[in-house]
Amino acid sequence: MDDTLEILQNYLPQSLLDTFSMVAISTVIGVVLGTLVALVLYLTSNPLFFKNRVVNTVVGFIVNAVRSLPFLILMVVLIPFVQLILGDPYTPTGGAISLSIAAIPFFARVAESAFSEVDSGLLEAAISTGATTRQVIVGAVFPQALPSFIRGVVLTIISLLGYSAMVGTIGAGGIGDLAIQYGYNRYQTGVLVAIVVILIVLVQIVQWLGDALAKHFTH
Amino acid sequence: MSAIELRDVSVEFHEGKRTVQAVKGVSLQVQKGEIFGIVGFSGAGKSTLVRTLNLLQRPTSGKVLLDGEDITAVQGSRLRSLRKRIGFIFQGFNLITNRTVGQNINFALKAAGWPKKDRARRIKELLDIVDLGEKVDSYPASLSGGQQQRISIARALANEPEILLCDEATSALDLETTQEILSVIKRINRNLGITVVFITHELDVAKAIFDHVAVMERGTVIEQGATYDIFASPQHDTTRSLVERYLGIELPAETVAALPPGRLLEIRYKGSETYEPLISQISTRYGTPVNVLHAKIEYFGSRAIGILIILLSGAPDSVEQALRDLRDHVFSLTELERGSKGETEALAADGDGGDGADASGGDGYIAGTGDGIALKED
Repeated sequence: MDDTLEILQNYLPQSLLDTFSMVAISTVIGVVLGTLVALVLYLTSNPLFFKNRVVNTVVGFIVNAVRSLPFLILMVVLIPFVQLILGDPYTPTGGAISLSIAAIPFFARVAESAFSEVDSGLLEAAISTGATTRQVIVGAVFPQALPSFIRGVVLTIISLLGYSAMVGTIGAGGIGDLAIQYGYNRYQTGVLVAIVVILIVLVQIVQWLGDALAKHFTH
Repeated sequence: MSAIELRDVSVEFHEGKRTVQAVKGVSLQVQKGEIFGIVGFSGAGKSTLVRTLNLLQRPTSGKVLLDGEDITAVQGSRLRSLRKRIGFIFQGFNLITNRTVGQNINFALKAAGWPKKDRARRIKELLDIVDLGEKVDSYPASLSGGQQQRISIARALANEPEILLCDEATSALDLETTQEILSVIKRINRNLGITVVFITHELDVAKAIFDHVAVMERGTVIEQGATYDIFASPQHDTTRSLVERYLGIELPAETVAALPPGRLLEIRYKGSETYEPLISQISTRYGTPVNVLHAKIEYFGSRAIGILIILLSGAPDSVEQALRDLRDHVFSLTELERGSKGETEALAADGDGGDGADASGGDGYIAGTGDGIALKED
């Protein structure tokens, strides 16, 4: 018991910080770049914008290709790449890079479906005002898709939290690392239990905040 | 010069290997300041056609002209500035539901580059036109269907368009609200001089506000003309069945079967004459009792179409004379078959000629038209 407390006191704050930074970085990169990819997919699939089957198919294929790899495998495949840029892939920054690369196509599909849910009649009405594509996206599509978009961000954060634990297993830090090193390898069940509780609480909070925010933007 | 002209416009869609021709070679002209209607059953290609007018749908072939200028191939910023001249309202309102009424209208103003400082005033102005000034901060979901449509009209008017396109704009609304929206559209048309093109399958709407009508079926315009003429003497079968369904002057089969002997006639009047003097004159002049079974008068502005179904009885010679006299005084006279329902025989008066035969034929007798109004003379 003393061991458990001692381990948690010594390592938990840093592990949590590592997890937070990995998840935060990859969420931001995933949402920003994923949204851009989603816009390409969305705009090239809709005849009211710039329907282009070739671009749509190529981008769609790349997104699917990255998504078809289970994260564990993607992570391993990316080790040499991360090594090339960072030197040492087994750090939270290395983990964040792998997570970001998984997050981009994931969020791209989530955001694309949020955009596609927007009624085509609304697009016609918006386009009929003479608005530019940018105005239509920013002023009509985005506000209308915002609640779904927010739910998609929540989904992504929670998935990334899960993936971040996997990054821990190869030694890139975070609470996953802590759970494996102490909870599993050194039989510190107390550490494992504490981490499970923390994860459950975190996911609940994120979900609750996201739902509240999505509701706030739905009228 | 017409405000809008379509020259031989066709639209094709490709669904896999199949090619669907939604619009086939449509030509029509809409005059400045009028309300031009396109009617037809659903799937006739009306909505596709109206979308070619602001190029939401580009024609596969043919030309679209606005004020004589060919716009068919216009792109980019020219296309956008063109669309600012054309307002568009829809069956489903198509408001941005997550934005307030004011923000919805602001969207259109921003699109047209209105300076920020003028927008609030303009939004107020537009909402006043549709009598919803107090709703500027409401969200669409809190408004009724009619109010939402009025907001979408305000949005369509934001940039002072010359043309307003309405795609089944009243089809999602109840009768009373429909009247309310139609009067708003009519007011806009008269007061602001905006040319209106209105798509609908409801003939009530056509009768209420259209100056000219084109009737569409399977992608083509089968008939067009002044609204009154289309209702008074439809030429094409489909138009006729649309009009007949609207006017609803068929007798229940049971009523027909139970009638005493005599000739069953359908008489149509144009103009504003009343039928009663003629009927009673005929009746006294030839000693032929006239039994009015069904009568209806529809007013188009000050012009009326009167339709009545009568049973003419009496001595055969007198009946023949009465028939001749009647024929000279009415717009059309059609003898209805008494036996098998639906079949009719033309006695061709003037006007719509021999092919006016099955004016009341078609789908049999509409139930619920009542038992006929018997104004027995004897």
